[in-house]
Amino acid sequence: MSIATTHPGGHAAEPYQGGLRRWLTTTNHKDIGTMYMMFSLIMFFVGGLMILAVRAELFQPGLQLMKPEFFNQLIGIHALVMIFAALMPAATGFANWMIPLMIGAPDMALPRLNNWGFWLLPPAAILLTLPFTLALFGIGDGALATGWTFYAPLSVQGGMGVDFAILAVHILGISSIMGSINIIVTIFNMRAPGMTMMKLPLFAWGWLITAFLLIATLPVLAGAVTMLLTDRHFGTHFFDAAGGGDPILFQHLFWFFGHPEVYILLLPVWGLMPHVLATFSRKPTYGYKAQVYSFIAIGLLSVVVWAHHFFTAGMPVPALIYFMFSTMAISLPLAVLFFCWIATMWKGAMSFETPMLFAIGFIVLFGIAGLTGLILADVAADAQYHHSYFVVAHFHYALFAGGIMGVMTGVYYWLPKWTGHMYCEKLGKLHFWLTVFSFNLTFIPQFFLGLAGMPRRIPDYALQFAEFNAISTVGAFILGLSQLIFAWNIWITVRGGKKAEGRVWESAEGLEWELSSPPPHHSWETQPVIK
Amino acid sequence: MSSSPGHAVPGEHYFVPQPSLYPVILSAGMFLLAFGFIQVINNFGPGKWVMLGGTAVILYVLFGWFGRVISESQSGAYRDWEDRSFRYGMIWFIATEVMFFAAFFGALFYVRVISVPTLGDMMATHGTSLWPEFAGTWPTSGPKGPAFTPMGAWGIPALNTALLLSSGATVTWAHWSLLRNRRRQLALGLLATVVLGSVFLGFQAYEYHHAYNELGLTMGAGAYGATFFMLTGFHGFHVTLGTIMLIVILLRCLSGHFSAERHFAFEAVAWYWHFVDVVWLVLFVFVYWV
Amino acid sequence: MACRMQISRHSRWRRAFDGFGLPPRFLTLALLGLPGLASAAYNFNFPEPVTPIARETLHIHNEFMLIITILFVVVFAIMIYSMIKHRKSVGHQPARFSGPKGATQWFWALIPFAILLFIDFVLMGIPAVKAIINMEDTQTRADMVLKVTGMQWKWQYEYPEAGVKFISTLSTPRDQISNAEAKGEHYLLEVDKPVVLPVGKKVRILLTSTDVIHTWWVPQFGVKRDAIPGFLRETWVLIEKPGTYRGQCAELCGKDHGFMPVVVHAVPEPEYLAWLEAQKAEATAAAGGADRAWSSEELMTEGKAVYEKVCAACHQPDGKGLPPAFPGLAGSKIVNGPLLDMNGKVIKDSHVDRVMHGKAGTAMQAFSASLSDVELAAVITYERNSFGNSKGDMIQPAQIKALR
Ligand code: HEA
Ligand code: HEA
Ligand code: HEC
Ligand code: CUA
Ligand SMILES: [Cu+2]
Repeated sequence: MSIATTHPGGHAAEPYQGGLRRWLTTTNHKDIGTMYMMFSLIMFFVGGLMILAVRAELFQPGLQLMKPEFFNQLIGIHALVMIFAALMPAATGFANWMIPLMIGAPDMALPRLNNWGFWLLPPAAILLTLPFTLALFGIGDGALATGWTFYAPLSVQGGMGVDFAILAVHILGISSIMGSINIIVTIFNMRAPGMTMMKLPLFAWGWLITAFLLIATLPVLAGAVTMLLTDRHFGTHFFDAAGGGDPILFQHLFWFFGHPEVYILLLPVWGLMPHVLATFSRKPTYGYKAQVYSFIAIGLLSVVVWAHHFFTAGMPVPALIYFMFSTMAISLPLAVLFFCWIATMWKGAMSFETPMLFAIGFIVLFGIAGLTGLILADVAADAQYHHSYFVVAHFHYALFAGGIMGVMTGVYYWLPKWTGHMYCEKLGKLHFWLTVFSFNLTFIPQFFLGLAGMPRRIPDYALQFAEFNAISTVGAFILGLSQLIFAWNIWITVRGGKKAEGRVWESAEGLEWELSSPPPHHSWETQPVIK
Repeated sequence: MSSSPGHAVPGEHYFVPQPSLYPVILSAGMFLLAFGFIQVINNFGPGKWVMLGGTAVILYVLFGWFGRVISESQSGAYRDWEDRSFRYGMIWFIATEVMFFAAFFGALFYVRVISVPTLGDMMATHGTSLWPEFAGTWPTSGPKGPAFTPMGAWGIPALNTALLLSSGATVTWAHWSLLRNRRRQLALGLLATVVLGSVFLGFQAYEYHHAYNELGLTMGAGAYGATFFMLTGFHGFHVTLGTIMLIVILLRCLSGHFSAERHFAFEAVAWYWHFVDVVWLVLFVFVYWV
Repeated sequence: MACRMQISRHSRWRRAFDGFGLPPRFLTLALLGLPGLASAAYNFNFPEPVTPIARETLHIHNEFMLIITILFVVVFAIMIYSMIKHRKSVGHQPARFSGPKGATQWFWALIPFAILLFIDFVLMGIPAVKAIINMEDTQTRADMVLKVTGMQWKWQYEYPEAGVKFISTLSTPRDQISNAEAKGEHYLLEVDKPVVLPVGKKVRILLTSTDVIHTWWVPQFGVKRDAIPGFLRETWVLIEKPGTYRGQCAELCGKDHGFMPVVVHAVPEPEYLAWLEAQKAEATAAAGGADRAWSSEELMTEGKAVYEKVCAACHQPDGKGLPPAFPGLAGSKIVNGPLLDMNGKVIKDSHVDRVMHGKAGTAMQAFSASLSDVELAAVITYERNSFGNSKGDMIQPAQIKALR
């Protein structure tokens, strides 16, 4: 068999398609990665705008801007958009762009499927936001108003918005599963000759565990919302005591997915951190193996701790104790990760470009998230924290400071590689400091609100909570505005700017830096050989 | 996780397909299907027609996309390297299906082990009860559910178990024949599998009819009815898909596709069929039998 | 209690300071300042605990906060030290290690492991397990039972031993919520009829719900427990100090989730018993009322009161509802349909049926469980003759009683 016939046309002869058609039909991992990143950025702003409306409502006690029904829709859709349409696609975008470059693969293993995985996202986003947008114009009864957790039986009695959200989750799930399968296959089958699993870049390792978690848990979420759908429309009684079912069954199923989901969101970022830290410390990554084993341990532990999200729902004492200790056990592998990150910086020669700043900000702020998570796991104290703003603060430290700031670390780190231009360092630093300042201004008061007894998901609150809420709202608006700097910085970098070298950062190591910036449309067509 | 390099032959090129419109169209079709479905269950808009349109689009894509893949395969574009990708992909796809069923089995175990006994033991645990008359034994349609007769295990379900098990054997026989290049046996084995699968489905349909019309066993029959119909229903749906896939493979065999060395599609479908088989066994034990 | 503790601590300090012979004016100043600080301190922490569980929880919380603060400071002190010392701009040369090998490797890996194991499972774990066992022990030596039922969006309290039961709803005026009027001191944390409990008694609380999941939460009790429809959950309180304690529903339960407060009056036992007697007398009077014939004016007045308290949250005070989620009753086909069939029985999906038995899978719950015969008769009569509906008929409490 000659190469010419087995390899139709060869890539050089591939007709270049410009314009819309290129993006609709592309099978190129870089194009697809770019689409994921753009989609994520847009949805981040959409989700942020929604929550700004919420923060505005919460600026003062009393109902000013919206009815409670609408408020409930805003928080749920905010969360679903941020998690499923902003954070997860950003991680998949990284994977698409970088994993083939890092492991010396010509492309993702299943390119057409890859394209499909992306193009499922816009329809899902439409399903998610359509009822909500229509309600703005007075059509229909709006989106799901149960929070992002869909708890039955509130979601059984809810309006049509619940059905939209269920179908959206199904499609998002298919998309994520296609992405995961693709990434697993790529990592298993497309590594350059000589790249053993124990030479795999940590970013790819992080994603590998993520992909397994997605495969293990997303179908369970799909099953759960399917049961919800049949309870709503086809007369089943999964979540209804009158038929022998149980509303708590839904919570078990949801959190069997929901807890691993938080690691799904962060594992790619944890995989990225050592690369950034090593580059800007000019030192090899510390404890490669320890980190790999920690990823695996986190993956395994994450699927056996789910019930810590509903301690107050009532459980037998042994179950409470088991879920408490297993949850706390996750802090062990995470302590190893923290240790390795700091040891990577130790005795290096650090410089603090924007990606490094974001990485350090990530470590400190995510540390706060993790440590507060640790005490949330305590059943007795959780009786006080649960469903209070303390939890809201905890998970924004994890999701925004961990997730979003982690993604921003990656964007600043790799943007020059993607575009071939350097971003504006001044703007980057400004963005970082404003973000860190206003993020804390927004969420530190929420810890105190929670301790003082303010429940989550309320559109109006007692007078004793007024000051902290006002501060938090001011913080949120500054935080929102600061993100405009980010978008602007990306825009000007895409449009032009100082040319970036192949090895953008002086001591960056790894195959991706061996290529030009931006890399050729088809890179590693001939695989490099790793010794 | 192998620690061997992903790819054996340095310098070989991986097959990256041409740009394709199919994925976008498929997504659009799925959007229509979902949107139409929402309309149907909520009684607004031209739901049925939207669903129909979505289905048509999806079918169009499936024909086109699979057609493209088959012709690429026939033209010899796929070699060992690509073949391995497909295999890994199929394995992990089946893993997701396993987890999907796990959710419903989880629900079944939960209601049997936790919720139904809790509802029945309320008086003993709390000294008072919301459902004083409820005994909490399985099978049940719950404290307020309709009366029904549960499905016995040793009639049709046992027969169906035998059918599916033999279909697992016939598809293995077909594979074995393919490896030895005995094309007639291959076709015969596949045909037998398709027939067994279809008979299974026929029995299943009959059983549903029986349940609804004579046993009072419906989706609405509480925890038992819900878990019974969701588990057997999704299983039946998968058998249907598997049968369709087997028919396609049979047709491809008849037109001379596949060789003893290269027949990923055949194997993928066989794996899928075995998976459906295993799910049935678990289902038979926990839904019908104990 | 903590307030009292603060004061006594101050007096101890005063004695200590006196011993040092500090000028009295300085002492007065310090004493003026300190209580302010002490009360401010509670804004940054749990509110003052008034049950053993709440005290234990606060204790655990404070201890954990200390532990994680120390962890945080230690870990990031090391990192910041490194960031200052090992900078390129101060000319630090990078070392080239990527982790120890052999035995040292395991030594280094195991140190943080051991520290955290100790923290997780010993320092934090042991007190936590003790607290859990204590929290979950609802039944030993319980003095009385209170049954709490969550419903959209109000709480029903029942004293099964005394046969007393009533509904407790938010009493903050709508005008305050819509900013048309100045907000009162207990804005959103006040109800028309608080639940009354005796101090010093172990009260076993049984929770359930009629519609969706609600969560009964009073921060000062350290108690938060879900009320799950169709199931019973238990918790307990032993209030140590008389007072009024306020909390809120903590599980998203629909549109007025933010507006279903919990208010508990804790009083000494004699006062509690007197209150209970009064409630019983009221209940008997109300039950007796079911047997006599009511005039339509009486029913309309009572009905308006019930409607505004129980139904208006969904169907709105003007009866227009909030379609499509909550149908209007003004001009509703159901409300304007026939009352009962020829034999005086309930017609399926009629007005009486809907109010008494609700509609499964919607927010409309079965009110026969929570409203009395009089209340049901009154509210039905009221709805048929208000908001522009003018059926002109009425239903008697005695008829409702017969229909149950
Ligand atoms: C990315 C997201 C993310 C991450 C990573 C985490 C991480 C953790 N979370 Fe969090 N969590 C959420 C997102 C996340 N969480 C969300 C979204 C919710 C609310 C959902 C909802 O209800 O809507 C939630 C809620 C939540 C609850 C339920 C609270 C309640 O509702 O009552 C609990 C309880 O146990 C919990 C615990 C934990 C724990 C133990 C971790 C652990 O993984 C943390 C481990 C990390 C550390 C422990 C820090 C590392 C260690 C150090 C800093 C160094 C120490 C070093 C040495 C000693 C050497 N989380
Ligand atoms: C990845 C996940 C993620 C992210 C990134 C965020 C980001 C933010 N979240 Fe979110 N949030 C969740 C996940 C996330 N959240 C989840 C899971 C819940 C629980 C929901 C539930 O209860 O069901 C929640 C709930 C939640 C609440 C609690 C609501 C309630 O319980 O009543 C609040 C309240 O303050 C909040 C605030 C914020 C803010 C201020 C940001 C900010 O970081 C957002 C910053 C970004 C922007 C603001 C957008 C960018 C700027 C523009 C659009 C330009 C225009 C700007 C101006 C004109 C100023 N979030
Ligand atoms: C928690 C919300 C809620 C409360 C409180 C509530 N209802 Fe309803 N009600 C509903 C909903 C939702 C429906 C629509 C049910 C359906 O889908 O048919 C409804 C329907 C009705 C109907 C039928 C109207 C029609 O045209 O369909 C009547 C009559 C009614 N309610 C009376 C009452 C009365 C009387 C009370 C108070 C004692 C009350 N409701 C309290 C939510 C509520
Ligand atoms: Cu009841 Cu929230
Ligand atoms: Cu969790």
